Amino acid sequence: MTSPQLTQNNPIQTDLTLRISNLNVYYGESHILRNVDMSIPSGQMVCLIGRNGVGKTTLLKTIMGLLKPRTGEIFFADKPITKLTPDRRAKMGIGYVPQGREIIPRVSVKDNLLLGLEARPQGRKGNESIPEEIFDLFPVLKTMLSRMGGDLSGGQQQQLAIARALMGKPRLLVLDEPTEGIQPSIILEIEAAVQRIIKATGISVLLVEQHLHFVRQADRYYAMQKGGIVASGNTEDLSQEVIQQFLAV
Amino acid sequence: MSALIEGLFNGISIGSVLLIAALGLAIVFGLMGVINLAHGELMMLGAYTTYVVQNVFKPWGEPWFSFYILVAIPIAFMVAAIAGLVLERGVIRFLYGRPLETLLATWGVSLILRQLVRSVNWLLAICIAVFCLLFFGGMTWLSRHPDWERIRNWVIAILLPLSTAIAVVTGFLISKMPVLTKAWFSARNVDVTAPSWLRGGVKVLDFQMPYARLFIIVLTIICLIAVYWFLNRSTWGLKIRAVTQNRAMSSCLGIPTAKVDALTFAIGSGLAGVAGCAVSLLGSVGPNTGQNYIVDTFMVVVVGGVGNLFGTIFAGLGIGIVNYLIGSGTLALMLSYTESLKPLVDVLLFFATSSMAKVMVFALIIGFLQVKPAGLFPQKGRTAEL
Ligand SMILES: Nc1ncnc2c1ncn2[C@@H]1O[C@H](COP(=O)(O)OP(=O)(O)O)[C@@H](O)[C@H]1O
Ligand SMILES: [Mg+2]
Repeated sequence: MTSPQLTQNNPIQTDLTLRISNLNVYYGESHILRNVDMSIPSGQMVCLIGRNGVGKTTLLKTIMGLLKPRTGEIFFADKPITKLTPDRRAKMGIGYVPQGREIIPRVSVKDNLLLGLEARPQGRKGNESIPEEIFDLFPVLKTMLSRMGGDLSGGQQQQLAIARALMGKPRLLVLDEPTEGIQPSIILEIEAAVQRIIKATGISVLLVEQHLHFVRQADRYYAMQKGGIVASGNTEDLSQEVIQQFLAV
Repeated sequence: MSALIEGLFNGISIGSVLLIAALGLAIVFGLMGVINLAHGELMMLGAYTTYVVQNVFKPWGEPWFSFYILVAIPIAFMVAAIAGLVLERGVIRFLYGRPLETLLATWGVSLILRQLVRSVNWLLAICIAVFCLLFFGGMTWLSRHPDWERIRNWVIAILLPLSTAIAVVTGFLISKMPVLTKAWFSARNVDVTAPSWLRGGVKVLDFQMPYARLFIIVLTIICLIAVYWFLNRSTWGLKIRAVTQNRAMSSCLGIPTAKVDALTFAIGSGLAGVAGCAVSLLGSVGPNTGQNYIVDTFMVVVVGGVGNLFGTIFAGLGIGIVNYLIGSGTLALMLSYTESLKPLVDVLLFFATSSMAKVMVFALIIGFLQVKPAGLFPQKGRTAEL
């Protein structure tokens, strides 16, 4: 990436934010992910679909470093990250919004947001302010800054989780079922917010989702079954068959 | 009446020591789920540090000697914190998620530390220094090697016996010098003399409130405020709270959990050091000093409820007071004026020695935990299941 010549020599590598090759992950002795290959081009939104229990969350946790793969490699912006701890990966620019939100419960909403600053390369550095953009995206958070994170409703926690990930200015946003168990009006808000984030910042997004409407907004999809990727392609080409097979609708 | 106040006062001052120590134990346990059985020995290190600082100040005479205790507190904190840091980096971090092994390992460390202060002399210190210099110096130097990951195990396999051998040979060569083989402390207890301004006391009603005990109470209040401020107002405190409540997510946010663990362990240990400094003002200190306090300190953490500053305060003072009132026979004496309570008084008199008082407090605590298993102030609300 340092010289244009090098870029020409490796045309495939340079425009991929994330590349996963031949990943095998186990929980104890049960084989969960089987030979997973996946790549996320820069600035694109990629959606991972599949029924409950096929291993989507497991894949995302492995990308974050919460689980160690038995074989396989993960590259983030061409750098191997397979051996790095989650905090190093976050600092490199992976923002994670986990399934179940994982808001720090007995810490105020403001402090939850400020914790998101730790993912910036230079850390928090005495930074005490929350950028206005965050409140433009999620106005509801502004009125709740002094509340405890654990006291928010599910929808509010989801918005907080996304906002917290954005505080670190990630290059890749990883979202695990952000609309699960949330009322329809808030789902639309969250969808719109993700759209605005992509427009404004041009970051790449990896989304795990069950709602067809949201899936349609992605550029590409990967479909997972029994821990392996069984189909992939452009989202426009998503056929009714594939949808029937992989989405719980 | 004045006996009761005196009992309360003495109980509070002992409870204060317990409180400082328990504070350290509680934040470490809350964060890492690790019970550190060497916590008492870290207290003991703090007490010995106070003794050493006192001896350094002694030849300087007044007015310097008066202030040694103010110097000893931060140094005791540092010494215990560094010892705790070494313990965490060297042993405990390999045992996270395995509480039983952690218990055994820290118990082993507590035995080592106790024996260390008994037998430490210049010879031993020099040998350890030589070993550390060679082994860790060599490791650091070689870790710049490009192939470090690959050669690491080989380097350890070669460096470890090599540095051990050199250290042993060095020790053997210089062991002829008697100056070097004289133990620093010996196995007997040592006495810390309080500076003149901490001797004596104020007279309240008809008993003396010793300044030394007032000083300990003030020290405890300062420690409490400092810990509260650090945990709730500083950025590292916020990181510690985040990791305590959700370790996996915290690391995904970019918080270096290994660093947070090390820092927390160091601070918790440092507090034990300060507690040790306070203990040295209450009486003579020996290799077993930590043992006398560790059980009570655990009780404070258990009764107070983990991760709860207020619970720890109440439990610390409560256990200190009850222990003292029973142990000194004050309670029995007070009740003996009422004829109908005669059997109770007899029971209390039976427990009116410091070791029997511990038995009784222990029994009371077990009873208490049957009623409130989560401690005095269990967490409420949505976040309770954590
Ligand atoms: N902590 C765990 N220990 C053992 N097995 C697990 C654990 N978490 C998930 N699994 C198993 O791994 C499989 C994939 O789970 P997951 O990745 O959560 O699926 P998805 O997110 O696609 O619904 C499931 O069969 C689940 O039972
Ligand atoms: Mg899932």
